[in-house]
Amino acid sequence: MSLTLLNVIFAVVVAIAFAALNAAYLVWAERRGAGRIQRRPGPNINGPFGLFQPPLDGLKLMAKQLTIPGGADKILFVAAPVLSMFPAIMSFVTIPFSEMIVAHNMNVGLLMIFAFASSGSMALLFAGWSSRNKYAMMSAVRSVSQAVAYEIPMLITAITIVLMTGTMDLMEIVRQQGPSILHWNIFPLLTNSHNLLMPFSFLIFFTCTLAETNRAPFDLGEAESELVAGFHIEYGSMGFGLFFMAEYANIVIGSCLTTILFLGGWHPPLPFLGFIPGVVWFLLKIYILIATFIWIRWTFPRTTIYGLLNLSWKILIPISLFNLLLTAGLLKVF
Amino acid sequence: MSAELVLSSVIFFGLAVIIPVIMLLTAVFGPRSGGVAKNDAYESGIKHVVGMADQKFSVKFYLLAILFLIFDIEAVFMYPWAVSLRELGMFGFLEMVVFILLLLTGLIYILKKGVLNWR
Amino acid sequence: MKATAIEKICSKFPGIACREVLNYVEMTVQPEQLEETLSRLKLYPELNFGLLLDITGIDYLEYPVAQDCRFAVVYTIRNWRDNMLVQVKVPVPDPDKGVPTCTHLWSSANWAEREVYDQYGINFIGHPDLRRILNHWQFKGHPLRKDYDIFKGQVCYDSYSMENEIKNRLLANGVDETTMKDINTEIMFLNLGPSHPATHGAIRIFTALDGESILANVNEIGYLHRGFEKTAENRTYNQVIPLTDRLNYCSAMMNNIAYVKAVESWLGIEITERCKFMRVVMSEFFRVQDHLVCIAANLVDMGGLTNYWYLYNEKEASYDLISRLTGARLTSSFTRIGGMYRDFYDGWEHDMEVQLKAIEKGVSDSLALVLKNRIVHDRTQGTCKLSAETALSYGFTGPCLRASGVPFDLRKDNPYYNYESFDFNVPVGSTGDIYDRIMVRFEEIFESIKIIRQAMKHIPDGPIFVKDHNAVLPPKSEVYNNIEGLANHFKLIFEGVKVPSGEWYDSFEAANGELGFHFVADGSGKPYKLKVRPPCFYIMGGFHEMVEGEMIADAVINLGSINIIGGELDR
Repeated sequence: MSLTLLNVIFAVVVAIAFAALNAAYLVWAERRGAGRIQRRPGPNINGPFGLFQPPLDGLKLMAKQLTIPGGADKILFVAAPVLSMFPAIMSFVTIPFSEMIVAHNMNVGLLMIFAFASSGSMALLFAGWSSRNKYAMMSAVRSVSQAVAYEIPMLITAITIVLMTGTMDLMEIVRQQGPSILHWNIFPLLTNSHNLLMPFSFLIFFTCTLAETNRAPFDLGEAESELVAGFHIEYGSMGFGLFFMAEYANIVIGSCLTTILFLGGWHPPLPFLGFIPGVVWFLLKIYILIATFIWIRWTFPRTTIYGLLNLSWKILIPISLFNLLLTAGLLKVF
Repeated sequence: MSAELVLSSVIFFGLAVIIPVIMLLTAVFGPRSGGVAKNDAYESGIKHVVGMADQKFSVKFYLLAILFLIFDIEAVFMYPWAVSLRELGMFGFLEMVVFILLLLTGLIYILKKGVLNWR
Repeated sequence: MKATAIEKICSKFPGIACREVLNYVEMTVQPEQLEETLSRLKLYPELNFGLLLDITGIDYLEYPVAQDCRFAVVYTIRNWRDNMLVQVKVPVPDPDKGVPTCTHLWSSANWAEREVYDQYGINFIGHPDLRRILNHWQFKGHPLRKDYDIFKGQVCYDSYSMENEIKNRLLANGVDETTMKDINTEIMFLNLGPSHPATHGAIRIFTALDGESILANVNEIGYLHRGFEKTAENRTYNQVIPLTDRLNYCSAMMNNIAYVKAVESWLGIEITERCKFMRVVMSEFFRVQDHLVCIAANLVDMGGLTNYWYLYNEKEASYDLISRLTGARLTSSFTRIGGMYRDFYDGWEHDMEVQLKAIEKGVSDSLALVLKNRIVHDRTQGTCKLSAETALSYGFTGPCLRASGVPFDLRKDNPYYNYESFDFNVPVGSTGDIYDRIMVRFEEIFESIKIIRQAMKHIPDGPIFVKDHNAVLPPKSEVYNNIEGLANHFKLIFEGVKVPSGEWYDSFEAANGELGFHFVADGSGKPYKLKVRPPCFYIMGGFHEMVEGEMIADAVINLGSINIIGGELDR
């Protein structure tokens, strides 16, 4: 009993620390990566390779004033950044980093993560609405319409995985994808459904993850060219810092979920590589996905709101519905 | 005391205490100057703005919200079905085919009505 | 302009005094003849003056030659197809009564007449929206009147809500607020600018939005107005050159060249061949810089931040080359009347060739990111279109006009500095959307590089200054060693270049379009009046025409694509 308790506390603390550290150092990675792509050095003054930049940025943000605009709804205004961190940290609780490392496994883990992910847009709406600022208001409305538009194809695509595995337990989903790369859900050859459309499912899911995490080319919520900074325009100091951290924590969650559902979780790509611990493979996979996030951000310009909604409602949702029908049909026929 | 209870209390401690404390730290360390202009909402430096921010927003976005409600709830309905498809047999499959086709028809109808034609 | 064209114009207006100035026709009409003259110029098919370049007022209060009326208004109008330019001058007996408006003939007259009203207090009868444009709305008096003291400062800081203007614009666009109330929504009135990341410089774009769509748009400019014209009236001709740097600061030297070209054309100075080639090389180099800045900023507005570095790195390196040559990165002030400040340094050809190669590489890299990018195509193609007729009516010139499909380029149509001997193309768009504007600029970069390469091949040796010591400072050896040189130096420095009295207009194809200077000289060393015809001003005047009905995000990238430079817009 006491061992379980310790285990749980340890895991939760690790989850929070993991979220915070990741958020901080992803900013560094993002800036270095952007510098690389854009033929400039990026942060390189503070510490080796600019590695001290994130903690110093954090300290600087803490030493700034948290201004609350005169007309703002004070309670909601202060609550919004705190709320934005909630779903990110809550989702970490149920994510299996390896066979052993999971804070608390649930048999509806997938549904729980989706539930928390969609509550994230509530924080944006609170922030935008309570600021009493037109840009923030527009951004909040944009962000929410974007989040809801991409949640549908994301949910429907995840159903195909549930169909194939017959469970919503994240650990069980990963277990079924062993032992080699050919059993991962993205490659349909040796999985149990032989659905050749799974790579498309992966692409749809990845696109939705980009959109759900408000990343370029779908960063319409904080489109700095027209809405200045979007929903967090009136926030300074740690209010802004928390939104910023939440954004990166959400990216990590999105990558974790994509890895678990499609890329075989902690399983190595080839069985004989099993001597390397599962958590290493898991982290490797999520960081490759995050690097792709960064790469995409610095390559593509921003879409517009109608382009974004059209992509979801006219393309992704019909395709994912057809995909769902096909997967179910294949399961029934074979 | 079960592990679940501890887990939830730890999480709630983490969320309800640590994150607000981070916010509070700013209030302790940060400066506290004020002023009318500083506390104004930002609108590109214009003092006499026309209209308020908390106004009734364009109806197009409300339409999207309604559409979302319909499709999201239908998608959630499919989860239990997906888990138990193996047990449901051919009948359960065909039932859902009809359901999804109905949804698709609805979607096509909506798009043909021009809900998303903003330009 | 050919003699036949001048005769053609004069023959259409019997009884109106026509005379030839430089290479255009100046007509002096009486106020009651003005309306008919202007509409004939615009509407007669064989005249077809479709491009109203500029309107300016003149205050003759301190002019040495006595005039009938204190004020006059001058219209500069061009027929781009037949390359005819005409100026219509009308004396204004009573500025409060004013002259009839010509906004029904040319849309560009709207802002042009507002500027004349603002600066000179001349009324335009029938103008739809006659209020201040460059000066602050609380400003008292009319600063370009000669009796307005240059040292008389006014402090105005209250911002103007523009509520009436946008409501009128909404009515004009047929938006009924009561129907919006019926479906329980409201129009959002949103300011983009003056202090906003999308406005390069300080411009206020005031929009009425339904969700994301722009229902109506009015703009306020003048945030960077610093009285260029008033300052120029109190400086000698050579002292104005540093002021021109600050017009379009992205291509500073083009303004220098355009200014001295205008002065030289009146003085009748034929500059040396080497100087001509130098000016061609430098103006084309600065055209490249201007387009680099414009495209980079535009793509940043679109969210493509990487393009910024690919283009801006080359621009920064080019500035190093410019500072090696002129001693300054941005404000070069490199020209003098009758020549250049100094010759190229040894080995500049190598530096220039290296830089041109680097620019070609940077631009190609950026094009690789943009050219086949579906997002860029979706955002720019078919958005913020402007037809050729509307563009001409609003007085567009330069790349923005060419993007709408009008192949008008002063370098081809009215060549100066041996441009006729260079081999280059004028890129023309087809629809006048944002995509065309970006691509015309991309193409012009390559064409300009082509011109620079040709000019570098053929640049002759020789002096860069003309031997006319009434206009050009003598070399230092002469100043120190003989009395004549010293006297010339003394007179030029203290009194400035003596320019014979008269009025003339001269123009130059700057990076943004036709940059014109309208001078009134009184025979002294200072210009009696100097009016700039900035290309941006008229392009901004047509901004609402492009963005109404589009999305708010399109307005932002449209502002980038027309390359509004605050320094030139507000002067």
